[in-house]
Amino acid sequence: MKIYFELNGEQQYVDIEPGESLLSLLRRLGMKSVKQGCNTGDCGACTVLVDGRAVRSCITFAAKVRGRRVTTLEGLGSVDDLHPLPEAFLEAGAVQCGFCTPGMILTAYELLSRNDDPTPEEVRAAISGNLCRCTGYAKIVRAILLAAEWKREGRWR
Amino acid sequence: MEVVAERKRTSVGKNVRKVDGVALVCGRPKFTLDVDIPGTLVGKILHSPHAHAEIVSIDTSEAEALPGVVCILHHGNVERIPYTTAGQGWPEPSPYDSFLFDRKVRFVGDRVAAVAAESEEVAEEALRLIRVEYRILPAVFSPDEALADGAPVIHDEEDAAGIHDARRNIAAAVDIPVGDIERGFSESDVVVEATCEIPYFQHTPIEPHCTVAYFDEDGRLVIRTSTQVPFHVRRIVARALGLPMHRIRVIKPRIGGGFGTKQEIILEDVAAALALRTGRPVVMAYTREEEFVCARTRHPMRVRVRLGAKHDGTLHAVEMEALSNTGAYGAHALTVLSNVGSKTLPLYNKAPHLHFHGKAVYTNLPVAGAYRGYGATQGYFALEVAMDELAERLGMDPVELRLKNHIRAGETSPIFEKIGEGREGKPMVVRSCALEECLKVGAERIGWHKKRTEKRREGPWAYGVGMACAMQGSGITGIDMGAATIVMNEDGSFRLLVGATDLGTGSDTILAQIAAEVLGVPVEKIVVYSSDTDLTPFDVGAYASSTTYVSGTAVLRAAEEVRRQILKVAAGMLEEAPGDLELSGERVISKKTEKSVALSEVGHRATYVVDQHQIAATASFVPPESPPPFAAFFCEVAVDTETGVVRVERFVAAADCGVAIHPKLAEGQLEGAIVQGIGHALTEELLFSGKGRCLNANLFDYKIPCALDVPHIEVALVKSEEPTGPFGAKSIAEVGINGPLPAISNAIYDAVGVRLRRAPFTPERVLSALLSR
Repeated sequence: MKIYFELNGEQQYVDIEPGESLLSLLRRLGMKSVKQGCNTGDCGACTVLVDGRAVRSCITFAAKVRGRRVTTLEGLGSVDDLHPLPEAFLEAGAVQCGFCTPGMILTAYELLSRNDDPTPEEVRAAISGNLCRCTGYAKIVRAILLAAEWKREGRWR
Repeated sequence: MEVVAERKRTSVGKNVRKVDGVALVCGRPKFTLDVDIPGTLVGKILHSPHAHAEIVSIDTSEAEALPGVVCILHHGNVERIPYTTAGQGWPEPSPYDSFLFDRKVRFVGDRVAAVAAESEEVAEEALRLIRVEYRILPAVFSPDEALADGAPVIHDEEDAAGIHDARRNIAAAVDIPVGDIERGFSESDVVVEATCEIPYFQHTPIEPHCTVAYFDEDGRLVIRTSTQVPFHVRRIVARALGLPMHRIRVIKPRIGGGFGTKQEIILEDVAAALALRTGRPVVMAYTREEEFVCARTRHPMRVRVRLGAKHDGTLHAVEMEALSNTGAYGAHALTVLSNVGSKTLPLYNKAPHLHFHGKAVYTNLPVAGAYRGYGATQGYFALEVAMDELAERLGMDPVELRLKNHIRAGETSPIFEKIGEGREGKPMVVRSCALEECLKVGAERIGWHKKRTEKRREGPWAYGVGMACAMQGSGITGIDMGAATIVMNEDGSFRLLVGATDLGTGSDTILAQIAAEVLGVPVEKIVVYSSDTDLTPFDVGAYASSTTYVSGTAVLRAAEEVRRQILKVAAGMLEEAPGDLELSGERVISKKTEKSVALSEVGHRATYVVDQHQIAATASFVPPESPPPFAAFFCEVAVDTETGVVRVERFVAAADCGVAIHPKLAEGQLEGAIVQGIGHALTEELLFSGKGRCLNANLFDYKIPCALDVPHIEVALVKSEEPTGPFGAKSIAEVGINGPLPAISNAIYDAVGVRLRRAPFTPERVLSALLSR
């Protein structure tokens, strides 16, 4: 089956396998920031944005994104043009192994698009479906609060 | 050792940006599975459904007939070579009790066969078509059962080696007496005893084990793998497959967490065997379920501690007995067991009479291995709960009891010499220790003295505070070796090549900071390349809290030699003596005349102009000692007396890691370790059916902390100066995980007066303890 969808601002017309997950499709298309940690929707490492909403791509059928807008971390900025949200993760020391980081950043992106002045509790609730085993979350929460501050200051584009 | 004075430092002690940070936050394809090699086969493993069985026959004909199946390996078509999967130094202290595939299976999840196929779906279908006939054997699911008379022998194979007593299922045993323990107890005024037990905990790195094996254009086998120990992978795979080592190259890209479970050769041997047999690239990745059951776990353990003390609180006799469950294979069995005593008993060095003894026992359950804390976590749970009981019996404040007994700088413990890594250790004097300050800082931050005296209650919630101390080591004395090569580029930048393995800890950054400091350049001018057995010098890898101290010292030495070479060239250019020159701000500057020359000019001259040569050096370091980091942990808990729910309200840790090379990374190690420890204390436990099948091998039912489960954590780095460490540094990665189990148990006791000695402290256990009070 072939589907149209928008991936990081570009139109895609691709073959998908019957029953294929969005995670599998995106990685096949080279979006390696989308990580597989469990394949059961429990860890959040595969989080991407579909029409701006954070979804777990491992338990989403690829066919579901037909005609929709999908954003992965690759679509948020680049090494030479760093988006302020990932930059805040660096600044706060929120990255250890970096495997949960893409999903964590996209979940935070969705939160901050709804609420650019969240409380620490709101941040914790928002990322409660994104597991991290390295950091203990303290610096991740700080990073997201810092990014929110930058957003309110108009430093986001 | 020539080091840059503290006030002049521009890299060490600064929170520089992680060298791999930008790529990681942009999601660049840096992990093992992020490369696509055309023609790659997918490897999958058939696991045993039985806890203990002999394989009578394997019929692969139906599976082989399935289109897309390329290769099936099992015990009948591979060479039988005993080895250990534990990635440790040489000589290997773990028994050679594992085979690529064996005629026998020893736990539910053990390897039976492996398939390589054109796709994952075909590989999975092939697994279903392999017909295996088993003869089921009686199985044992606890060390007590395994040690009982007439228990089935789990390792009855003739060709295993290094097992302490295979007939009795004892993988390893230790017995270390110091002084006269019985006399010690009879001379003591107060004697207390505590037995604490932990179940199966799993590391749960968010990236499960994965590996890609392929042949390069010269026909050499390349293993790109998520490992903490690339050089041990090379050595062990060479042994397991009977290949010459020089035909293997191991590359560790970024890895998604390890915590010890990747100090093990788990998939690399199978993937390499499938690649060898098929001549094609093979990718293998554990599912989350496989990660729980077939990777490694912390050694479940029962530890009994008996303390004898004088009326004034001075410890006089300490006995510690450990019964460790190593599961079906003996990976790290002896060394984890040894560390239960060696990393705990020196902390309280006042007692002249000590006895540490224990056994690591085979069972028909998943295989234990290295896990952050490495036995010390198990030991401290019992030791620190016993110390809390002792303080109560003596009518002494628990903090005062620790202050009275803990080791100080300039002191030693006989344990350092008596217990090493699977053999005798080396005598050592502790040269830096800020535990006293840690105890003060921690007590003050949590409000210890006030909270210990007031008994707060709100409805069903009772509040309490508890504390614990711990130490660890920094590398393995006389065994670990790290090496580093630094090469100067002609533009005045440098390449730093290290075998050291950054598993997310930030060691690439820390090692770059050390090099940058000595060479007087910003960290951006150090290009780090690590963990590639073809291109980087040897390093044992990331374990035993070794990298900053061991590999860091190697980097420091290499940088100092490169510095000497640079000064020699610059001396010719400036017409001054090398001794009058210093490196700073990417320039060589004369302290006498203030004349200077840019490093880029030095590099250019050495490369192209006069006396052309490569400015470069390689240095190695084997630690003659293993300076312990210390930490004091304090926590406040709330216990719901109606439901047994325990909530950790606040957690404070003050730690002495010497000089923190990168304070934010050091804090991150501490915070992460504490949260893993809180998970151990409250929710984590692998559960098994009566037949040894794991019942909760997924992240929904095995509950690791999420952001909402984590209390307010405060960490403080209390500085000391370790004279043997690079820029005064010691380790920090492991010590933090030793505190939460005892500190939380002690806080629950303070809140509701019941002692939780079996982790995790689930509502059921707490409530049943409350009801049987």
